[in-house]
Amino acid sequence: MEHYNMNLTVKVWRQKNSKDKGGFVSYPVKDISSEMSFLEMIDVLNEQLIVDGAEPIAFDHDCREGICGQCSLYINGKPHGPWMANTTCQLHMRAFKDGDTIVVEPWRAGAFPVIKDLMVDRSAFDRIIQAGGYISVNTGNAVDGNSLPINKDHADASFAAAMCIGCGACVAACKNSSAMLFLSAKVAHLALLPQGEPERKSRVLNMVAQMDKEGFGACTNTGACEATCPKEISISNIARLNKEYIFSSLTAEK
Amino acid sequence: MLDAKIPAGSLDDKWTDYKGHCKLVNPANKRKLEVIVVGTGLAGASAAASLGELGYKVKAFCYQDSPRRAHSIAAQGGINAAKNYQNDGDSVFRLFYDTIKGGDYRAREANVHRLAEVSGNIIDQCVAQGVPFAREYGGLLSNRSFGGTQVQRTFYAAGQTGQQLLIGAYQALERQVALGNVKMYARHEMLEVVKIDDKARGIIARNLVSGELEKHFGHAVLLCTGGYGNVFYLSTNAMGCNVTAAWKAHKDGAAFANPCFTQIHPTCIPVSGDHQSKLTLMSESLRNDGRIWVPKKKADERKAIDIPEEERDYYLERRYPAFGNLVPRDVASRAAKERCDEGYGVGTSKQAVYLDFADAIVRYGKIEAGKEGNDHMSMEDIIVLGKEVVKEKYGNLFDMYEKITGENPYEFPMRIYPAVHYTMGGLWVDYELQTTVKGLYCLGEANFSDHGANRLGASALMQGLADGYFVVPYTLGNNLADDIYSKAIETSHPAFAAAEKVAADRIQKLMGIKGKQSVESFHKRLGKIIWDKCGMARNEKGLKEAIAEVQALKKEFWSDVRIPGEINEMNPELDKANRVADFIELGELMCIDALNRNESCGGHFREEYQTEEGEALRDDENYMYVAAWEYKAEHEWTLHKEPLVYDVVKPSQRSYK
Amino acid sequence: MTWKQVFTSSVGKKLVMGFTGIFLILFLVIHAGLNACIWANDGGKMFNSGAHFMGANVVPRILEIGLFAGLLLHIIQGIMLEVSNRSKRGVAYAKDFGNQGSKWYSRSMGILGILILLFLILHMTDFWFPNRSHQGFLLGEEIDLYAKMKETFATLWVVIVYVLGCLSLGYHLAHGFQSAFKTMGVHNKKYNQLLTSLGYCFSIVITLAFVMMPLSFYLGWLN
Ligand SMILES: Cc1cc2nc3c(=O)[nH]c(=O)nc-3n(C[C@H](O)[C@H](O)[C@H](O)COP(=O)(O)OP(=O)(O)OC[C@H]3O[C@@H](n4cnc5c(N)ncnc54)[C@H](O)[C@@H]3O)c2cc1C
Ligand code: HEM
Ligand code: SF4
Ligand code: FES
Repeated sequence: MEHYNMNLTVKVWRQKNSKDKGGFVSYPVKDISSEMSFLEMIDVLNEQLIVDGAEPIAFDHDCREGICGQCSLYINGKPHGPWMANTTCQLHMRAFKDGDTIVVEPWRAGAFPVIKDLMVDRSAFDRIIQAGGYISVNTGNAVDGNSLPINKDHADASFAAAMCIGCGACVAACKNSSAMLFLSAKVAHLALLPQGEPERKSRVLNMVAQMDKEGFGACTNTGACEATCPKEISISNIARLNKEYIFSSLTAEK
Repeated sequence: MLDAKIPAGSLDDKWTDYKGHCKLVNPANKRKLEVIVVGTGLAGASAAASLGELGYKVKAFCYQDSPRRAHSIAAQGGINAAKNYQNDGDSVFRLFYDTIKGGDYRAREANVHRLAEVSGNIIDQCVAQGVPFAREYGGLLSNRSFGGTQVQRTFYAAGQTGQQLLIGAYQALERQVALGNVKMYARHEMLEVVKIDDKARGIIARNLVSGELEKHFGHAVLLCTGGYGNVFYLSTNAMGCNVTAAWKAHKDGAAFANPCFTQIHPTCIPVSGDHQSKLTLMSESLRNDGRIWVPKKKADERKAIDIPEEERDYYLERRYPAFGNLVPRDVASRAAKERCDEGYGVGTSKQAVYLDFADAIVRYGKIEAGKEGNDHMSMEDIIVLGKEVVKEKYGNLFDMYEKITGENPYEFPMRIYPAVHYTMGGLWVDYELQTTVKGLYCLGEANFSDHGANRLGASALMQGLADGYFVVPYTLGNNLADDIYSKAIETSHPAFAAAEKVAADRIQKLMGIKGKQSVESFHKRLGKIIWDKCGMARNEKGLKEAIAEVQALKKEFWSDVRIPGEINEMNPELDKANRVADFIELGELMCIDALNRNESCGGHFREEYQTEEGEALRDDENYMYVAAWEYKAEHEWTLHKEPLVYDVVKPSQRSYK
Repeated sequence: MTWKQVFTSSVGKKLVMGFTGIFLILFLVIHAGLNACIWANDGGKMFNSGAHFMGANVVPRILEIGLFAGLLLHIIQGIMLEVSNRSKRGVAYAKDFGNQGSKWYSRSMGILGILILLFLILHMTDFWFPNRSHQGFLLGEEIDLYAKMKETFATLWVVIVYVLGCLSLGYHLAHGFQSAFKTMGVHNKKYNQLLTSLGYCFSIVITLAFVMMPLSFYLGWLN
């Protein structure tokens, strides 16, 4: 892999707090190595801002290895930037070339209000999980792990859905700001396992109700979510959720 | 000062006896007792959920925007449990023994045995929660092997075991939030412990969004705030991992144990330049199939694939035939450092060794070909099949490697180098996980208890969940049973105001410095001192220098740091400054501890103390103790020793040959 | 879960769209089938007798009410859904995700729907209204629809509008067909692939069929 250095213009959304109106500011950044990660490039820019006496850009990040789901930048018109199946923190600067202008925005959705600059409030996701994204089993209630054989295909499909990192890129990408991919990943994860069976109906009904309450839009199957999801959560999970929903609402006694 | 409160009786019966005799709190009283849980990693989330289920009123805190993002999420490889599902001779005793031996005989027997005892329950609990562990075609749980053991006892979910376990605990936690038993405070950072009558009775936390300081009361406070690896600046820890909570507790009276016991993980992606902000682990599970080597010739400039087999030095297999590439982490890391220091390193920086999958690919390819009944398959086709198998096993790790380095690890061997990964040291706790401050508990990586001088792979997840699900629900009750008559204390109590003032003054002071250098630059310099002089190898001279350098750095920090922004707003630079200030103080103590321990054991390698073959040389006669440091004043600590008594295991020199 | 809760939830609303959409597709099949009779090249005999059956028999006339109800539901729900979904973003992006992740027509169902609606209004004023009013809205004699078509499709702009209307319908269906099945819960990838291909084929065939009608008259392919 050839390494190279580049000079860039970074156009960033700056917003002091949730009440501020906010707007774009452009910054030049120099001598960025192609080996840097995107967030390291922002680090460099922030160092420069601090030294210049300005306020650094606030953005969310933690693990910087694509698993915690905290990083959340909308880069050049795509959540998490140009690479497929990738998080912002895993994006590296070799995705760009000298002279590029990079536009960086926060996730945009009414249900994800901006806190500051590029940070948004995603606590709606936690409340959706609170509505039923779990299996009610108290500590100590469990039987032996191997007393419950699980079809490997189901276990694998369940795992594939459970890989969701709750980043919210699906919402950011969706023209309807729908959280269906996130929601469906959880519903599928639990519906595919025998442990999830007892609460299967109430789970999907309550979680959808909570999603609506939080102010996310309705899914229209455009597929933008799947295309941007860093964990390649399949949109077929949404159809599975629909099936669960129809079945549950038709047969729920209440 | 140190009473470990280890129950009497034989090792096998201690925990059972304890559970049978500990005091209980009846459900009506539990409702009146409030518990603060700081941290929502595996330890914190499991504790908060379990205590909520029991009926305590719990408040949980984390600095991330959601409890699901705690650093535990990043664990890749797996979690150990003595289930013996593979019929390969595992047992509670063997897991206990491996952990004690892996820790180079610096862990407490009783704690480790309890850990091994409850390990099986953890797997059961997680399966019941819907954690999608890897399974065999028959639908039963699958296992893999990990370093430092000869049985297959590691349960895993591809390369995302920590994520799946944490999501399980997080879901249990959110369920309790929904039921009203737990109140969750995300984007909150604990800054002070509040003590009333020498008991921990609450915390001061900063709301990171508004910048306000908040007072919270609890009958007990549980710190589950993870490890302090970020003292090295570069580590595999998440960017926000910090020692602040534990350090504030320490300065308020909680002893800090074995701070110099840090783990350097052998297989991480090497540093690529000065801009590097963190390091990425390549799971230990890769050592199951990957072979580690360097060229036999110094400064060999050829490409890896151009170096013929006989000119490669598979140094782990050469030095440790019995365990080969699966020796414990400290041993593997040191061996890599030794080769690189001798000039055999590879890559542009020469600070890397190869982790090669070519053999594994051929081996798996042949097995696949055999399954298809094709004995005459061409090598190319075999390799194609083999790559598929490797992809299925490690695909996400290989992808991660390629994203970071831009190199395809299916074609070229990975380049790896050791990096800071885990901290065995932490707040000193007794058998009940209570620190030297009454009412203040410490769980998970933040405590020192179970891993001695070196942790075996896949046992941190086990420990975090053991502490949270199966230990603290009993031990906390045993202590709170005496507290049922204590009413909740109003946060208008002067002790809260006093603690709040300490935090507020400190923030004020930091903001008032208005110097020239960024927080990050101080952190980098601290990291370099600690890595160079208190890292993989330490010596007296270096440590003494380091202590002086850290002290000087502290002065400079408090006079020249620049923190933009304001106090009463979201201010990530201020958050960082708070953390780095504590790391600097911790750095000094680490060096002091390393200097005190005139022996080599586990991850603590003092160059003065090694065998002729370069292995760690322990001094059981003089150092078979836990070094618990009590904070006295700036630059001043008192050492308390907790002697380690081995009733069952006979310490010997660790051998993996 | 009351029925109201079900059908006012986001998934429920979508279900309404899906079911009515499929219902409308079924109608399109019949409509296209009947209209294809113009190509029998018998001066409209076959077509007119079919149209007569549809217009003068009580069963299709009752079904027609259902059709209108379905269409109305589809339109009202569709517009409401579109408006509500558009309101969820808050601040718009400076740079749009665009076609990187989804097809333009899948994101434009509302606009395409409105185009179809406008077209439908024209289409109904051309044929349905004159015919029904001639019948006095009861099962009376209807007009010679074949002749009416011939007359209508003699004007170029009308033909162009019809072609555009049908194209909108085609794109609407290119997404709508497969989407409806996903909405109704078909998650098996094998079937989804099949339905997607089927959807594309159907959209193309239906669009072509309808486009050919005005063209056939205008270009004088029929005698
Ligand atoms: C890359 C990587 C891979 C690993 N792989 C494995 C593995 O395969 N197997 C294994 O067994 N172990 C592994 N480990 C180790 C293991 O993941 C950790 O030791 C373990 O998860 C720690 O859990 P914890 O609950 O103690 O702390 P953490 O998960 O670190 O959680 C700390 C919590 O405390 C909170 N917190 C911290 N400070 C404050 C504060 N001041 N105020 C408020 N909240 C605070 C945080 O928000 C967080 O919620 C790995 C570690 C790393 C870095
Ligand atoms: C004969 C005419 C029509 C047919 C056959 C038809 C068919 C369909 C189908 C099959 C769907 C997919 C439903 C789903 O995804 O579950 C759909 C969706 C939709 N239709 Fe129509 N439709 C027609 C007319 C209209 C009209 C006149 C409008 C007017 C506004 C409209 C607006 C919409 C909207 C907004 C959607 C939802 C968006 C989406 O699901 O992506 N449609 N239609
Ligand atoms: S479904 Fe994908 S994009 Fe959506 S929250 Fe989960 S990981 Fe992120
Ligand atoms: S910072 Fe954790 S996923 Fe990007």
